[in-house]
Order: sequence, then C-alpha cells, then structure tokens
Amino acid sequence: MRLVRRGEIVEDRFLHVIDDAPVPEHGPVIVPAARLIADAADFARREDPTGVVWPNNRKIAELAPCLDRLALVALVFPSFRDGRAYSQARQLRENHGFRGELRATGQILRDQFVFMLRAGFDAFEVSKDADAAAFADVLRRYSVFYQPTADGRQSALRARLRAAGSERTSAGMQDVER
Amino acid sequence: MYVYDELDRTLLAERVREFADQVRRRLSGELSEDEFKLLRLMNGVYLQLHAYMLRIAIPYGTLSSEQLRMLAHVARRYDRDYGHFTTRQNIQFNWIKLDELPAAMADLARAGLHGMQTSGNCVRNITTDQWAGVAPDEIEDPRIYAEILRQHSTMHPEFSFLPRKFKIALTASEHDRAAIKVHDIGLRLHRNGAGETGFEVIVGGGLGRTPFIGKTIKRFLPERDLLSYVEAILRVYNQYGRRDNIYKARIKILVHELGAEAFAAEVEAEWQAMRDGALALDPTAIANIARRFRVPAYERQADDPAAVAEARASGPAFDAWLGNSVARHKVPGYAIVTLSLKPTGGPPGDATAAQMDAIADLAERFSFAEIRVGHEQNLVLPHVARCDLPALWRLLDEIGVATPNVGLASDIIACPGLDYCSLANARSIPVAQELSRRFGDSALSRNLGRLHINISGCINACGHHHVGHIGILGVEKNGEEFYQITIGGRADERAELGALIGPAVPYAEVADVVEDVVAAYVELRARPDELFVDTVSRVGVEPFRERVYAAR
Repeated sequence: MRLVRRGEIVEDRFLHVIDDAPVPEHGPVIVPAARLIADAADFARREDPTGVVWPNNRKIAELAPCLDRLALVALVFPSFRDGRAYSQARQLRENHGFRGELRATGQILRDQFVFMLRAGFDAFEVSKDADAAAFADVLRRYSVFYQPTADGRQSALRARLRAAGSERTSAGMQDVER
Repeated sequence: MYVYDELDRTLLAERVREFADQVRRRLSGELSEDEFKLLRLMNGVYLQLHAYMLRIAIPYGTLSSEQLRMLAHVARRYDRDYGHFTTRQNIQFNWIKLDELPAAMADLARAGLHGMQTSGNCVRNITTDQWAGVAPDEIEDPRIYAEILRQHSTMHPEFSFLPRKFKIALTASEHDRAAIKVHDIGLRLHRNGAGETGFEVIVGGGLGRTPFIGKTIKRFLPERDLLSYVEAILRVYNQYGRRDNIYKARIKILVHELGAEAFAAEVEAEWQAMRDGALALDPTAIANIARRFRVPAYERQADDPAAVAEARASGPAFDAWLGNSVARHKVPGYAIVTLSLKPTGGPPGDATAAQMDAIADLAERFSFAEIRVGHEQNLVLPHVARCDLPALWRLLDEIGVATPNVGLASDIIACPGLDYCSLANARSIPVAQELSRRFGDSALSRNLGRLHINISGCINACGHHHVGHIGILGVEKNGEEFYQITIGGRADERAELGALIGPAVPYAEVADVVEDVVAAYVELRARPDELFVDTVSRVGVEPFRERVYAAR
C-alpha cells in the first residue's frame, strides 16, 4: 500500500488506531467511527489532528456535527465494485462543505483515480505500488468532463456556454476553454 | 441528429486510449481477469459462450449513414459479417478477439461510436421513441433531453459503481414506443396547465426475475430540474440499493421494499439539497444542446403523390408494405418507414454487413442520412418523402428488409439465447425462427392484427417476455429446454405483465402451443378488429387455458 496525497506519494503521518486500542494524547490519529461518536467530547478537546474511518453504510448526516473538528475523513471501498463512498464523498464536499483531507481506503486501483478525484477525494491509500507510481499519468488521461462536481473542473456544458458567450463578444474567438 | 463537437470527440479519443492501455495491462498480466472484467464491461465487452462480445451504444437509437457504415466495417473486419440489434437500441458483435478490440474501438470512435454505457453497473444507454422528432403526436423532441442525460451519465464520477445496471427511457408521445414503465427510470414529457414542459417521473419498473411496472413518484418535474432530480434518485439508489444479492440489487427492489412513497421522500430530501446548484438547466443550456441537432431540410412534397397511387395499383405487395411499414410523419409529404429485420425464418434483429452498407446508402439517398433503431429490433428511415416510397420499397425488398410484418405475429423480439449467451437456459432464436415460419403468411398475420411475441432464453428477460402479448420464457428442467408461456403483457402506456397460461412445454411443442393460443384468440375475439391483447384483457386467461390445454 502507498499513500498518494495531493498527487504525491507521501509517508502517512496519521497513526491508525484499531478497534479499542488506546489513543495517544499527541500526534495525528485516525480512529474508528464508533470511537469518535462514543467519545465525541474527548476527541473535541484533542489539539492534534484527528481523523475518522467512516463506513460506507453509515449516513454522513450522523458525522456532520463532528466535521468542523476533523482533519481527515477516510471513506471505505471494501471492493472497487462498491461505489457507495463516492456519494458520501460528494455529500461531504458539496452539501457539508468539508475542506479537510478526504481519503479513499480499501481496494483502490488506478482506474478509479479520476472518478475519486472528481467526487472530492484528495488522498488515496493505493493498493498496488505500480498504480501509485502511475498516479500523475492517469490524471492526464482525461481533459473533458460532462458533470459539474465540487472538484472545480469545468463541465463540457459550461465550457460550451462560455465559448458561445465569448464568440458573441469577440468575434472569431473559437477556442474552447477547458 | 446530434453532431459531436470537439469536446465530445476528445473525450471519446481519451477513452479509446485508456482502454487500449487496460487491454495491454491485461495481456501483460498486470491486471487479473477479475480486475479487468470490470474495466472491459465499462467498455461494452462481455465474455460469452464462445468468444468476447462487443456491444456498441446507439444513443437513443439514432445513427448516421456514416456510423452505420462503420458498424458494417466492424462486422466485416473484426466479426463474422453480421451484427445483432438489441432491445435497448444497441448493436452487438458476437465474435470479437480481445487483441483486436482496441483497433475495433479506435475505428468506431472515428465515427463517434463506442461501447460506454452498454454494460456494467452504470447508467446504461439512454433510450427513447425511435420516432422521436418525427412522430405527429409528440409534444417536443425527447432526443434533446436524452442527449442531455447521455452526456450527464457518461463516465459519471459518482454513479459508475452502482449496485446494478440502471436504465433510463423517455417518451414525448401519447403512445409510448419506448416502454418507459419497465425501466429503472421512465420519463414522460408532457405539458402542465401553464403550458410548461416537464416530466412525469416513473421509477422502479423492470423485467428480469422480479418484474415490476414502474411507479410514478413525480407528476410534473420542470425541465430545469431534470438532472438534479435524476441525480437525487441515483444517489438514493447508490447508497441504499442492495449489494448483498445480485438478484435484489436493481432499484425496483429498493422501491418495492421501501414503498414508492418513502422512496420518493428520500429522493425529495436529496433533491432539495441540490436542486438550485450547478445541475439546474437554464434555457440557454438546453438551447445549446438543441442547437447541435441537425434538422433535415424538408421540402414541400405532395402528401398523396401520383407515384404512390400508381404503385398501389400495380400489385398487392407494395400496398401490403405501405399499409404495414409506413407511418405518418409530422411533416406533410414525408413518411416514417420501418425496415423489418424479421425475415421469415431468420434470427430477429440481425443485419449483415452488406445490408448495413446498403441501408446506409438508402438513408443517404432517401432519409437525410439518418437511421433509427427501435427496441423491437427493427430499423427506421425517419424522413422519407412519400413520392420516393415506391422506389425505396423496391430497393429495401432487394436486400430483404421489406417484410410487411411490423407489429404483427412474426415481428418477434428475441434475445440471443443459448446459441450465444452464457446466462441462457434455453434457445430463443430457433423458437423465433419457427414461429416466424408459422406466422409468415401475410394474409394470416394481417388477419390477426397487432400481436407481439417476445422470447427470452432465461429469467433475466432480455427478450422482454413479461410484456409480450404472448411471452415465451425458456427454462431448464432436468437438462431439457422447457418454455413457459404468458399472455396479456404489454409495454406501452398501458403496461401490464403477462399471466402464465399453463404448465411449461418442451421445445418441440412451443410453436404448436402458440398456434393454439392464437386459434383460441380468433375464436374468442368479439370483433375481427379486437386486438389479441384486448381480448385477453376482456376475457382473462382462463378461456385461453381451457382451449389450449384441454387436449394436452
């Protein structure tokens, strides 16, 4: 497994706390959802970054009250076929305005990277080393996107409308913005 | 038809490059078959009984002559000289080699064709009325909304790994030719009291092993909200649709288990959170898409030209075809012509490369270079000047696509069945072939009137047997092919699931039983023009059962 964060292969600075293992007082940690919800007040007092692993069958609305104190949310792809976390990611970014690290974890392969980025993920626990190394190449695969999402890439429809608008204002300008 | 711009072409080229890389990684062993499976499915590549099968999307059933020629080329160059048009307005090739797939896809992309949205658990090819844009009774052209939905659902970042496949169909006519009530989402364009255009939204219809007629969850959705509302439905489904059991994973099961009202409430909550966001469709956005639909330059033509009257007088064959395969067009002097891909004794929906090339030429000469594919597995030339009908008929007859059986008993819908498909339990094609011989006589089938026979080779129902006026379902019993027969199904605006008429019968008896069902109808019908399906609806299944099974 390799962690790719904001396009770079990096060391994971977060300690993954499993089940009921003790949470250190200092240093970045990622804790299970049940711990976060049960000990919400304790985690709120923590000064160092706290993250949570949020299962894909639990509503994001339940996590919403904790979001402003969280540095990271890790969403789970138990298999690359199970796409529930794509919806959770978009809800976090687009409905709840979450700006912290949004990490994809589970079976993460290179052919999902573009979908995940568009859904709002910015960190990936990539299953195969070769896929992590290919990250930058994979991002270059596509330059056209039909849907507007919160990743900021312009949709084809908006690009066309802007091009049509600039055609009207400066005659002869055919260049379509991407 | 819709003309691709630079953005559409770029995306397609990028997709072809990506797939070539995925095939390379599979061939080199970097990808396991399990990992590759999902990627090939996202490009329309299935592994069938004998070979890989490539399914190509024909968005809302519209093809240009150039595209049809490209399909002919692929049939000739990479397959065995023919293709099979499916019930979802797609075409499939049954004998493609894995290492030639990237080349075939690159060729297809040159004509703007691809296999995206033809398989996998994504939003599938958007379908609509094959008469869209030319039907006299439609309120607006549904293809514009179909294209908006096509773009929105292509490689959707949130909905490419749904619990199961997802099918959307639209209609804008009173008479539903797109079977919208048996789709995951059915959209019916209509106008409200204020004269505004919007959609009735129907969800949870579907066939397969648990058939349902869809339920209306919104009577009138304004057109500006089309994408946000569809997205809300998909988001609810993506999160709560079942993933534990492939047979319970379609949205129809979720709608059924939650109840349509509770489902609608979930959708409403999601929708309210996003309806005024980036997905709202303003009139400029809709106009931008509509603008790229090329509208034919119709000319002033006589509605009742002398050439047609002369041809009718010259013999019954033209007249039979005219009465059967030619429909009224919204523009005076023009006609909609259906090309039957159901020749007597032939496999339903197949076309040879030579036929495809010839039809592409005829479309160029007589139909503004446009061809449509309907879910009944026939082709349509949508803009034929009525004065050209006699000349066109002779040329269609020469290539074997002027059988005057459209909508009649030998116009059979059938899946590929056990001859090709790894899921099938029984053969479909030979059953269809035999029935088309039994009902091939045109005087007999005209006397029977509109009669849809639909055949599926397994419970997955690709041949839509539940909604056939007569439905035939192949099952396996102790290693032998048996067939269950239902009657009274229909897929139009009065959609209904057929009812079982009696015990399953062996392969050798299917055609006899169907003939007996039809004989019972002739005996039971109130008037010669009472349709089969109306007789069943009036008298019920029992009188049919008595007559058909009494002697068995």
